[in-house]
Amino acid sequence: MISVRHLDVHFGQVRAVSDVSFDVAAGDTFGLVGESGCGKSTLLRVLSGLNRHWTGAIEVAGRAVGPARDKAFHRRVQMVFQDPFGSLHPRHTVDRALAEPIAIHGLDDAEGRIARALDDVGLGSRFRFRYPHQLSGGQRQRVAIARALILEPGILLLDEPTSALDVSIQAEVLNLLARLRAARDLTLILVSHNLAVVAHLCNRLAVMQAGTIVEEMTIDTLRHGKPAHPYSRELLDASLGYHRS
Amino acid sequence: MMAPAPLLSVRNLAVRFATPTGIVEAVRGIDFDVGRERLGIVGESGSGKSVTGRAVLRLLPPSAAVTADRLALGDLDLLGADVSTMRGVRGRRVSMIMQDPKFSLNPVMTVGRQIAEAYRVHHRVSRREATSRALDMLADVRIRDPRRVYDLYPHEVSGGMGQRVMIAMMLIPEPDLLIADEPTSALDVTVSMQVLAILDDLVSRRGMGLLFISHDLNLVASFCDRVLVMYGGQIMETLAAASLHAATHPYTRGLLAALPTLDTAGRDLPVLTRDPAWLARRA
Repeated sequence: MISVRHLDVHFGQVRAVSDVSFDVAAGDTFGLVGESGCGKSTLLRVLSGLNRHWTGAIEVAGRAVGPARDKAFHRRVQMVFQDPFGSLHPRHTVDRALAEPIAIHGLDDAEGRIARALDDVGLGSRFRFRYPHQLSGGQRQRVAIARALILEPGILLLDEPTSALDVSIQAEVLNLLARLRAARDLTLILVSHNLAVVAHLCNRLAVMQAGTIVEEMTIDTLRHGKPAHPYSRELLDASLGYHRS
Repeated sequence: MMAPAPLLSVRNLAVRFATPTGIVEAVRGIDFDVGRERLGIVGESGSGKSVTGRAVLRLLPPSAAVTADRLALGDLDLLGADVSTMRGVRGRRVSMIMQDPKFSLNPVMTVGRQIAEAYRVHHRVSRREATSRALDMLADVRIRDPRRVYDLYPHEVSGGMGQRVMIAMMLIPEPDLLIADEPTSALDVTVSMQVLAILDDLVSRRGMGLLFISHDLNLVASFCDRVLVMYGGQIMETLAAASLHAATHPYTRGLLAALPTLDTAGRDLPVLTRDPAWLARRA
C-alpha cells in the first residue's frame, strides 16, 4: 500500500531523515518509534505531503507520488496530529471543522456525512455546534479523527495521537482507533515514543534513531523481548520503568 | 521504616480557586506525611497533585484559598509563616523541580551562575566559594565537563542536561525535602532514566525526602517507596510502591487496567468508569 525507498530529508545542514526505506501492506498497522529528533514525525509529514523537500521514491497504492499532492491523494491519505488543542481552529465549531474537507472535495450530503462522522467517533450530534474550548482533550481528539475520516480515506497517518491525553482517555481513543480500523479496513501508520501504545495497536514497527531506521520487527519480536539492535533494547527497558541498580 | 517525626506533615489540606464561574475545589481535605523517603503522588490531570505540591511551598496565586488543620515542616507552621520566613524555606529547606527546564531556567544567565546564585542566596560565602561549589554540584549531577558547562546559557544545553542543571540548582542549598513535579515528562525515555538515576542517588545519599509528582503509574511504582493515588482532589489510597499492582481501590485498578502494555494487542482496553461515590467520603 505504501512503499518508501531511500528517503532523505534535509533541514539546512541537518539531515533529519537519511536513506529510509520501508513497506506497509494494505491493512497493516505500522509503528514508527523513536525519541525526539529521530525523524519520525518528519517522515510522517513527508508521507502526508506537508513537507515537500525530500528526495527518494514514495509509492502509495502502486502509484508514485511526488512532493506536491493532488486532491485525489488527500482523499486517500489523511492525518491526525498530536495536540488536539493546536490542530482545531479555536473559533470554528465542530460543524465547520468537519464541513471544510467536504466543501474542498465537493462532496454531497454534508449534513449526513457530518452526523455519521460524529456518531462513528462516539460523540453524537449534541457536540456538533460546540467550539473546541467547550470540549475535553479526548473529545477534541475524537473531532480530529472524525475530520480525518470524513473523506473516507484508506490510509490514516497518526502522529502521537494519544500522548497529550490521560491514560483513561488514551484507552478510549486507542479502542476507537482499533474499532474504526476494523470497520473501515484502514491502513495505519502510527508515530509514537510510547512502545506500549505501538505494541497495542500495531502489528509491525520500525525503530528510528538519528534519522535512520535501525531495526524493523514484528510486534511478537518486541513482545518476546528479542529486538536485535542495542538501541531498541534500551528503549524497551526504559519503557518498563525505572531499574534501581 | 517510617521516621518518628515526619519532615512534612499535612492534615485536611484544602485548596479552592475563585474563578469567574464559581469556586473550584482543587484539593479537598487530604492527609499525608513525608519522611526521609521517596513518596509519589500519582493522578490524572486535574486530580490536584500539582496544586498539592505548590501549596506546600505556598506558590499558589492569590485566587487560591489554602486551608489546613496542619501544614507543618518539622516544627514550622507553613500556613502561618510570614513572607520572609517562607523565603527562607523555599530553596533552603524545601525546593522544587518543575517539568520543563526550558521554562524554569533564566535564559539570559549562564547555568553555572544560576547554580552559584542559588547557593549564595542562602549561604554567606564569597563568589569564588560559590563558584567552586557550583562546579562540584555540576559534577555531582554527572556532567562530564563542569567547567565548560558552567559558562553555557540554557539554550545551549539539551533537555536532559537542562534538567540536571535544575537538579543541581535545587540541591545546592541542601534542602531537607525536594518536590519534583513531573521532572522527566518533557524528556525522552532513555534520558529520563539517566536523570532519575541521578535524582535517586543524590536523594538517598543526602538522606532527603522526595515528593515525586507524576501521571505515570509505572514510573512511580518503580521509583518511589510509597504512593498516594489522587483523584478529584482527594487521596483514593496510599500504597507501598512495590504493591501498586495489587491496588484495591477501583480507581487505581481502573487506571492500571487502562494502560496498554506489550501484551494487550487485539483486545479492547477496559475504560475507566468513574463512580461519584469515590468523592463522597468527605463531603
